[in-house]
Amino acid sequence: MKIEFILNGKKVEVNTDPARRLLDVLREDFGLIGVKEGCGEGECGACAVLIDGKIVHSCLVPVGNVKGKEVTTIEGLKDTEEYKVIHESFLDAGSVQCGFCTPGFVMATYALLKENPQPHEDDIRKAISGNLCRCTGYSMIIDGVKLAAKRGEKLWKD
Amino acid sequence: MGDISKPVRRFDAPEKIMGTARYVDDYFEEEMLFVRIVRSTRPRARIKSIKLPKLPSGYCVVDKNDVPGENRIKMIFDDWPFFAEDVVNFYGEPILAIAGPDREKVYELSNAVKIEYEDIPPIYTIEESEENKRPPIFGENNLFADYFYEKGDPDGAFRDADQIVEEEFRTGFQEHIYLEPQGMIAKYEDGRITVFGSMQCPYYVKNALIKAFGFPEDRIRVVQTTTGGGFGGKEEYPSQIAGIAAFCAYKTGKTVKLVYDRAEDVEFTTKRHPSRIRIKGAIKDKRVVGIEVDIALNAGAYAGLSSVVLQRAMFAATGAYRIDNVRVLGKAFATNIVPLGAFRGFGAPQAIFAIETFMNHVAKKMGEDPVRFKLAHRYKKGDTTATGGLLRSEVRLPEITEKIIEMSEYYEKKKQKEKDGKLYGIGFSMFLHGCGFTGNGEEVLKSIARLKKRKDDKVEILISNVEMGQGPQTTLRKVVAQVLGIPMEDVIYENPDTDKVPDSGPTVASRTAMIVGGLLYRVAKELKEKWKEGEEVVVEKQYRHPEYIKWDQSTFKGDAYPEYSWGANVIEVEVDPLTYEIEVKKAYAVFDLGTPLDKKIIEGQIHGGMLQGIGYATLEVMEFENGRFKQRTITDYIIPTAMDAPLFETDLVVEPYKNGPFGAKCAGELTLVGAAPAVCAAVEDALGINLYEIPIRPEKLLVLMNKEDN
Ligand code: FES
Ligand code: FES
Repeated sequence: MKIEFILNGKKVEVNTDPARRLLDVLREDFGLIGVKEGCGEGECGACAVLIDGKIVHSCLVPVGNVKGKEVTTIEGLKDTEEYKVIHESFLDAGSVQCGFCTPGFVMATYALLKENPQPHEDDIRKAISGNLCRCTGYSMIIDGVKLAAKRGEKLWKD
Repeated sequence: MGDISKPVRRFDAPEKIMGTARYVDDYFEEEMLFVRIVRSTRPRARIKSIKLPKLPSGYCVVDKNDVPGENRIKMIFDDWPFFAEDVVNFYGEPILAIAGPDREKVYELSNAVKIEYEDIPPIYTIEESEENKRPPIFGENNLFADYFYEKGDPDGAFRDADQIVEEEFRTGFQEHIYLEPQGMIAKYEDGRITVFGSMQCPYYVKNALIKAFGFPEDRIRVVQTTTGGGFGGKEEYPSQIAGIAAFCAYKTGKTVKLVYDRAEDVEFTTKRHPSRIRIKGAIKDKRVVGIEVDIALNAGAYAGLSSVVLQRAMFAATGAYRIDNVRVLGKAFATNIVPLGAFRGFGAPQAIFAIETFMNHVAKKMGEDPVRFKLAHRYKKGDTTATGGLLRSEVRLPEITEKIIEMSEYYEKKKQKEKDGKLYGIGFSMFLHGCGFTGNGEEVLKSIARLKKRKDDKVEILISNVEMGQGPQTTLRKVVAQVLGIPMEDVIYENPDTDKVPDSGPTVASRTAMIVGGLLYRVAKELKEKWKEGEEVVVEKQYRHPEYIKWDQSTFKGDAYPEYSWGANVIEVEVDPLTYEIEVKKAYAVFDLGTPLDKKIIEGQIHGGMLQGIGYATLEVMEFENGRFKQRTITDYIIPTAMDAPLFETDLVVEPYKNGPFGAKCAGELTLVGAAPAVCAAVEDALGINLYEIPIRPEKLLVLMNKEDN
């Protein structure tokens, strides 16, 4: 089946089984390796992408469901000012260890700050609770989010 | 000289944040084959027959007959086969593999394989293994290891005791849940096998492949890909996957990818050994003067690294305490469970949980405050350890304790019994961790580290140790750059490739920072002397244990470790008075791990290690039922999320190790070992009862509390 959608700002079309996981299509057909498979069960958030601006676990989405929608992966965020702020903040806060969870946390951070530019600690914890990290104990990821909120101040409000 | 501890931006972080770092599953090739392992669906059985589905062209089966060399994974005893031979010994043991170009088709074919079994009575628990009433799994008595050591006169101490306290402790399985599942890619080209993948120990994999193929060593190459966490889970197990992937590549001549899905990884890879630890203490004048510790590990179906895990558990048996009369017994039992293996702490978390909880119970029995009681027993410089090793450095436990008590306001909070309608408790633990390999490990290894100064005046670090999140890409660059007085950016440290790097040993036991880092420090010193601008200079050194370290591996006498790190934890919990759900609210830690090579990286190690320890004590439940794990996915096996994680407050006390780089000691494991006993002490404080088991489960607390009430 032919499925058209917008991927990282560009119109794309795939000819595939609509039941295939969006995760696999993104990784295998488009080479978007920033989308990771940590569980395939919707538990870890390593596969997080934005669909029409909402954060979603792409391992749970059949590609047929994104027909006509806008899908954004970490690769699509990379050139935005918002991403750059998150990038620098994660670097400075020591938010990264093994890094396998990191793109997922960047996506979650982006989605949170777009909606809530000045989150409290509890808001942050809630917003990243769909993402697992086994290395950091979360504290320094939370620091990274806080730093991004502060540094990006105006950006998040647009 | 700059301050080595001052945080810098991690070298590996930018690519990881952008999502451009390539983990093993991120490599794709045209014409790559996928592999699915067909596994035993019986815990213990003889294989009677195997019926294969009809294979379309391009698909093939690989099994024990396709192992060119020996069908044994090289470890300590070499009893673990790549593919089961006639008998399967655990649910999920690989029997054969199917390789082919379409992943879905490979899955379909592998599900269609029919295997007939003849069951053999299985053995699951330490007790069943100990009773030895069923046909033994290993040797005549199911024991992979059976050890013993003594110090002083334990029998005399028990004879003269005022009182003898005996308790039994249990600890459960723990699954690593590194976020990147295990995986390997293998190729066979020009007569050589090359394997790329997620691993901690490239030379373990290489040596395993040499044996499995019977090839000379120059026909095997192993390359680490960016590794998404290991925690010990990628210490010995990757050899299993590398072997199977490589046999498939050898048979087909194609590039082969074998990446586990999460369910496979949860159910069929190694985990932390469950334990039963019995402690008997001789009490005289309100002090523990003699102790007998009997440690039994459930080791699973094959020996793996269990004998060394057991040794570390045994050497940690008396914790941070000087007890002059000691007897320690240890056994590793074979059972029909997936082989248990390396996991951050390597036997120490079990032993430290037991001794810490025991000390708390004895203190309470004596009517003493556990903190003071423990301080009264603590090791001091000049003491001998349980194995009779000498503590050569200052043991700064009093300072560590003082700091943590103040920082956590322990005594003020100890008075509190309730908070926001919850039962409130606070707990303390004090502990040590032996740094680097246990016993004679380093002597056997004889690691080599090399630095190559290139013509462009950049310096390459050539070692086999890997970055898996713990930070060596940054910390080791810092060490070398600082000794040489060059910018960190001029130091190159790539993921190891056995074609390029010497064997500097495995990435385990904090030896990368302390042992290999120390070796690199000395290599860099020599390179500095030999430095010639614009010319290539290579310096290499082999590790030698300091002369003063004395160890007898046959009697377990002497310095079990070259140095120790120390610490104390305080944990605050709130327990729901109806459901007994436990919330860990705050975690405090003060550690002496020598000089931190980067304060931020160390802070990250502390948080991550403590949270794994907290999970170990609370949420992380893995039960074995009817021959299989009940928890088979991360939907069932719960690890802490950001909502479960406490706030952390930490501090360091620095007693440098003279042979560590800039005085660094061990860190990674130390951060985990003290959390579980502190959580346990906090829950005991909240509920006013004694506990003997982790994980501490609300449903069990409910039963215990109902009993208390009646
Ligand atoms: S891979 Fe999708 S949530 Fe884990
Ligand atoms: S950094 Fe390793 S899982 Fe988060």
